[in-house]
This record gives sequence, structure tokens and C-alpha cells, in this order.
Amino acid sequence: MSLIISSPHQHPANSVSRVMLSVVYALIPGCIAHVWFFGPGLLVNMSIAIAAALLTEAWILRLRRRPIKPALYDGSALVTAILFALTLPPLAPWWIPFVGIVFAMIFAKHLYGGLGQNPFNPAMVGYAMLLIAFPQEMTRWSVPQLPELHSLGWLDVLRHSFTGALPTGTGYDALTMATPLDHTKTQIALDQTVQAAHASYKFMGQIAGYGWEWINILFMFGGAWLIVRRIITWHIPAAMLCGLGLFALVAFLSAPATHASPLFHLFSGATMLGAFFIATDPVTAATTTRGRLIYGAGIGVLIYIIRYWGGYPDAVAFSVLLMNMAVPTIDYYTQPRVFGHKG
Amino acid sequence: MSEYSKIFRDGMWTTNVAFVQLLGLCPLLAVTNTVINGLGLGLATTLTLILSNVTVSLVRNLVRPEIRIPVFVIIIASVVTAIELAMNAWFHDLYKILGIFIPLIVTNCSIIARAEAFASKNNVPHSFADGLFMGLGFTLVLITLGAIREGLGFGTLFRQAHLMFGEAARSLQITLISDYQGFLLAILPPGAFFGLGLLIAAKNIIDKRRAAKKPLTVPAPVAATAA
Repeated sequence: MSLIISSPHQHPANSVSRVMLSVVYALIPGCIAHVWFFGPGLLVNMSIAIAAALLTEAWILRLRRRPIKPALYDGSALVTAILFALTLPPLAPWWIPFVGIVFAMIFAKHLYGGLGQNPFNPAMVGYAMLLIAFPQEMTRWSVPQLPELHSLGWLDVLRHSFTGALPTGTGYDALTMATPLDHTKTQIALDQTVQAAHASYKFMGQIAGYGWEWINILFMFGGAWLIVRRIITWHIPAAMLCGLGLFALVAFLSAPATHASPLFHLFSGATMLGAFFIATDPVTAATTTRGRLIYGAGIGVLIYIIRYWGGYPDAVAFSVLLMNMAVPTIDYYTQPRVFGHKG
Repeated sequence: MSEYSKIFRDGMWTTNVAFVQLLGLCPLLAVTNTVINGLGLGLATTLTLILSNVTVSLVRNLVRPEIRIPVFVIIIASVVTAIELAMNAWFHDLYKILGIFIPLIVTNCSIIARAEAFASKNNVPHSFADGLFMGLGFTLVLITLGAIREGLGFGTLFRQAHLMFGEAARSLQITLISDYQGFLLAILPPGAFFGLGLLIAAKNIIDKRRAAKKPLTVPAPVAATAA
């Protein structure tokens, strides 16, 4: 029986850590693809984020005079840190993951009362804070690791993370570039067509950006495995992908020159990561069946709205946070009728 | 004398406008991105509180209770208008930065709250003291929050001090961290909410520690007269 299906609420005692570990396993293929296409920066960020998350969690629990060990071993801080690290640009100074995750753990998780009490997804709060506070560092996405491009090895990435030094002969201009979503958005703003924008982007894949499509596909498979294992239900991912896909389809059919295809939207940026791993966070998502459908669809529609009309190229974090805010209302109006009572 | 010390403690700490009554949050959150902005608005608000409290206290026996609110509003509006014109004349650059928040002092609930709750019931010297200390208590919070946000956001303190104290004060600026690249969030509105929340939490901790130190005093049982 899944943890997040409604009553009866009987489940194994270690269920939080079981859920969290399954989530970690499901993330592995996407993470491997991420490292494969964008270099080892992800692992550096992830190590810093995990260490800082666990230390912050232990520190705050001590301050709050709560038992430390069970909270550290349940894996929730680990999953938050991993999801958070996945949102960061691979070439980031060490204090980016550090500041972000410490802020997320303190302000988004523990100030609200810790695991299970937080209305906002901590990983997304950390990311949104960084994006607003440090726009320069947060919008430097690495170029794909291709033989014809200069790519950084382990040591280079580590040195950059801790000292900010890049190997001689390279610079951010050579090592970073706009993401496909970003490039498309800028070109449309310059009155180019989507087709021209995609043609002028150097590293397009079959359906979306080179690398991005594979990362998204692998996260999709990881998420599907979670649904099969009944760690998450299908409602939120399906509703979110339908919300985004249908909105994009209508826009694409009505004005194909200025709206990218639904497939491009579904396999770009953080769409699949958001749909299967972030929007489905059992603490911050809606809990009723109908509520989950509304919640997911809301995120999907908001992603398209912000991606196309908003100020940011991707929008998973902001959409999830906005819908997090709506969750209490959604849950209130979608309470299932108790059997034997009038509706 | 103890009357005044109570007014002092109430204004600066026990019933602090910003920490405890949580009034006037709009200007508090909006302009505290530097110490000087906070100080400017704080002093303007203090002056408004003093003048409106004294005036309300002077007319408190002439005004019928039914029309007291319109009268208070007219008094406060006149005071704020005068202060706005004065700031426009003498602190023009600061006036431009604080912008809409100077005329908006008129909507700061703490001012009509003090007029209604204190000045309309107390004599002129007490009302003056109440306005002064309530205003200074508010200013204290504005400066503290401004210092936190400016320190985190720009890595400096007292930047743009010349807006208030003239050109000679440019050198007042203290650089806490050189080569600081800035923490934008602290200067943006969310930083104000986080900062104020943390300050209120700190005040509550201090109060709690103090209460814990004090020996518990049990009030003497009241003799049951009307049983």
C-alpha cells in the first residue's frame, strides 16, 4: 500500500526512508545522463549540498531539542539535497549549493516545523532564492560535453568550485551557453520564428536540446518506475504533463511560428524532473485524488505561461511553489464525500 | 516619574509598534533596505507621532466622541503634509528615495492607534512622551532591519549618508566586507519579511530568557469579598 493513499494509514515503520531511498534509486539514471552530458559539476554540487543539508538538519534539530538520528537516517534531507543539486548549473562556485540548501533546510523546512509540516517544497525554495539572489551564477549553464568542445575534467571543476579559477585558455564564454529554452525564448523576443531559433541553436537533439532530451527521458523512466513501485501515484505527473502538453499543443497549433512544439516543452529543462520527482513531494502536494489532478494540471499550465510570457526561461520551481500555495484550498474543496454522508 | 519610564519601556520594547503591535509594516518592509532610509522614515514617523499626539491631546476635551475619528484624521493628515513639504525642501534626495512612503505615513496605523488609545485619554506631556518613544521604538526597528539588510545586501553600513547629513557625511559609509558581490535577496522585499521575522523571533527569545531568569512571583491571593 502506498504511503500517500488515504486511510487506513498503516504502513511499515521505516516507510519514510523506504520511500526516500526508492526516490534516490529512481534518480540515478537521469543523474548519470546529466553527468555524461554536462560534466562532473553535478556531483560536486551534490556532494556539497548533501553534506550541508545533513549538517544543517542536525544543527537545527539540536536547537529544537529533537532526536537527531532518526531524522538524519530517514533520507528526506538527502533527497531534498539531491533534487536541489539537480537544479543548479554544473559550473557553480561552492557557496551556491551551500547557501541554497542551508536556506532551504532552515527557512523552508524547519521554521515550519520540519518534515511533514512544510507547505513549500524546500528544494524549490532553495533554488528560487538562489535564482533571485544570484542571477549571474545561476544562469551560466555548461556547454554539452562534446569532443569538439573544451570540456572540464574532475579536477578543473573542483578547482573552479572552490577557488573560482578556470583553466587557462578557457572562460565562461567558452564553457557556458544559453539553454535551449533560454535561446528559444530570446530569439522569439527578437521576432524570430521558433524554427529559426532551433536552427540557430548549435546543439539541438531529435526533439529538444542535445543532452536535455536524454536527461528528461531517463527521469521519465525513473518516475515511471516509482509509479510501478507505488511510491507515487500517476495523478500528479500525468496531470502536469497533460496540462503543459495540451496548453503547448493548442498554442503550437494556433501559432506554430512563435510557440515551440509540445514535445520540445515536455523534454526540455526540468519538465520530467518536476513532474515525477518535485511536484509529487508527498508533503507539499495535494492529497486528494481530484486535488492531485488539479494541482498537477495547474503546475503544467503555469509552466507554459511562465516559459512563454514570464521573465524566466524555465518555470518548474515557480510553478510548483505557486501551486504549493494553493494546496490547502485545493484539498479543502476536493475532500471526498464520507460514505454515508451527504455530499 | 515612573509614569514616564513605563511610557519609555512600552514604546521602546514591551509594546513596540513594529515588534509587538506589528503596525506600520508597509513602510517598515518597503524602505528598510539601507540604514539611512530606515532612519529617515523613522524620524519622519516619530515627528508625526509627536505632533499628532500633542495636538490630539490638546483638543481631547473639545472634541465630541462621535466625531473624534475624522478630527484625528484631519490632524494627522495636516501633520504629514507639513512634514512631507519640509522633507521635500530640506532633504530632497532622501525625499525622492522614500517617495510615496512619506505621504503614506498618514496611513501608518500606529499613528491613529496612538491618537485613539493614548493621546485622547492622557495629558499633553504624557502624550508627547508616548509619541516620542513609540516613534523612537519604531525607528529603532527600522534602523536595525536596515542595518541587517544593508549589511547582507551591499556589505556596507550607512551608505548614502550624505542624503541625510550633507556631503561631509559621505565618509560615514562603513564597508563591512570588501569585494562583496552582494546578496540581492536581502535588499528585495522578501529580505524584509525574513529580516523582520527573525528580529521578532530574537525579541521573543530575549523576553523568554528574561522571564526565565526572574523568580516566579505569585500574585497574592485576593480576599474573596463578594462570595
